[in-house]
Amino acid sequence: MTDTRLEFRNVTKKFQDRLGSGRTIVAVEGVTLSVQDGEVVSLIGPSGCGKSTLLNMASGLSETSGGKVFVDDDEVVSVNEHVSFMLQKDLLLAWRTIRENVEFGLEIHGLPRDERRRRSDDWLARCKIADFADHYPHQLSGGMRQRAALARTLATDPHVLLLDEPFSALDAQTKMILQQDLARTLSEAGKTALFITHDLVEAVALSDRVLVMSQRPGKIIEEIIVDIPGRADPMERRKDPKIGPYVGQLMSLLHVGEAELEPV
Amino acid sequence: MTSAFTPSRIAASLGILVVFLAGWEWGPGALGIKTYLIPPLSSVAAGLMDLFRADNLWFHIWVTTLEVVAGFVMGSLLGVIGGYALGLSVTMEVVLSPYILALQIAPKVAFAPLFVLWFGFGLEPRILIAVLIVFFPVLINVMTAVRNIDPDLINLARSFKASRMQVFWKIQAPASMPPLFAGLRIGATLAVIGVAVGEFAGGNSGVGYLIVLTAGAAETPKVFAAIFVLTVIGMLAYWLVILAENRVLHYMPSREHKGF
Ligand SMILES: Nc1ncnc2c1ncn2[C@@H]1O[C@H](COP(=O)(O)OP(=O)(O)OP(=O)(O)O)[C@@H](O)[C@H]1O
Ligand SMILES: [Mg+2]
Repeated sequence: MTDTRLEFRNVTKKFQDRLGSGRTIVAVEGVTLSVQDGEVVSLIGPSGCGKSTLLNMASGLSETSGGKVFVDDDEVVSVNEHVSFMLQKDLLLAWRTIRENVEFGLEIHGLPRDERRRRSDDWLARCKIADFADHYPHQLSGGMRQRAALARTLATDPHVLLLDEPFSALDAQTKMILQQDLARTLSEAGKTALFITHDLVEAVALSDRVLVMSQRPGKIIEEIIVDIPGRADPMERRKDPKIGPYVGQLMSLLHVGEAELEPV
Repeated sequence: MTSAFTPSRIAASLGILVVFLAGWEWGPGALGIKTYLIPPLSSVAAGLMDLFRADNLWFHIWVTTLEVVAGFVMGSLLGVIGGYALGLSVTMEVVLSPYILALQIAPKVAFAPLFVLWFGFGLEPRILIAVLIVFFPVLINVMTAVRNIDPDLINLARSFKASRMQVFWKIQAPASMPPLFAGLRIGATLAVIGVAVGEFAGGNSGVGYLIVLTAGAAETPKVFAAIFVLTVIGMLAYWLVILAENRVLHYMPSREHKGF
């Protein structure tokens, strides 16, 4: 359990200002973090601090401006089949059935039909949407669609999952049920995940560790190890009396409720 | 999907038809309009029979249909190819867009006499006008559709290591189908207009030619009958596109749910 799955070494990302004013925006600066095999780590921080930017670099879709990202000790230089991401948007393809959506990555990877079918059956069942396999995305509720997106993300058997606010568009109850299922699925499959969220309770309930980022330029300013048992059961974890103090600590780190300067 | 067609709605629609046809038959007479300006429905029907009997209407329908199909197929094919080329390549768009815009704004039907001059009295000038006029709505629709695809969808495919060809065939092409078909629907009706104008401009075949011929002889019932025939050709073309669209876009939510 000490293998490092995902690692950022002193990573910086700069953007040229969109308006072409030549100004350089430093989105993240000197970020170093690592996620061990089977760990679920949450990343929280103010809006615009560079969380999604970190995720894009981990997926290989965007390059770092300085520093390096490693997945399984290999430097990330381009997209990498060991990493899969899931966003707030489900990104389901409207013209494919749920099953065909789940098989999308497998199809691109060139797996034969039987093998695709076997894997999609498996993940459709594990994500509890087997009954909707032959439906089209528009026939499903938001929660069901996110389940399908999760199944697609897991179907390619990635080593590392990058989750960017996957549940933030869902209602509170659906969200809790999906958190529960995600936590169990990740734990059963022994997957490693980096989980971005703005929901502090969600961050604590689902993770082994929570990393807190500062305002832009984003840096990691704190690491909190969640010392509550039962990571696979966030419903139980939510009821634990230690949740409150953790959330309070995160609130003060993020200055929630304090007078805030408007972000530039 | 067919449940939008309730019996009462069908009845209402048929009611409008009945009122319209009755109005046409007896309205002009009641209002004292000369029958050679607006002939009653019955004489238009008689004019239609006449066209079939005396003017070889089937031949002209065949010619016009051939032109519409040829113009529509070539125009939309070029539009689709151009639309993807411009949608996928920023260079292409930047270099070509001013000319495309100019050509789009230029009234294509105004070229009709010129095309007749160049290509003679055959089918070619008519087909050419139809091609030009069908081309643009298809091109614009496909181009904007490709541009408007959510970049995250493309990133999703890229994250699975999709090649450019895979991104095109698995994301960009299917995602642009609904606007492509919307363009084809517009194109189907425009093709008929283009062909008719081409037939006005010269030659001695096609339903458009019949309109010019009979109008010149002040045979108004036949003019109306020929317009009716053109309308039917246009509706058939439109309906065929819808038929294809419903097959290809079967996954789309049916229209009746749109209100929710
Ligand atoms: N392609 C880009 N070009 C220019 N600036 C960018 C680009 N992508 C991101 N940025 C900037 O980088 C900063 C970090 O963006 P990022 O999306 O990573 O924030 P985030 O932490 O995910 O925010 P949120 O919580 O709102 O999702 C922002 O200020 C953003 O404007
Ligand atoms: Mg973000």
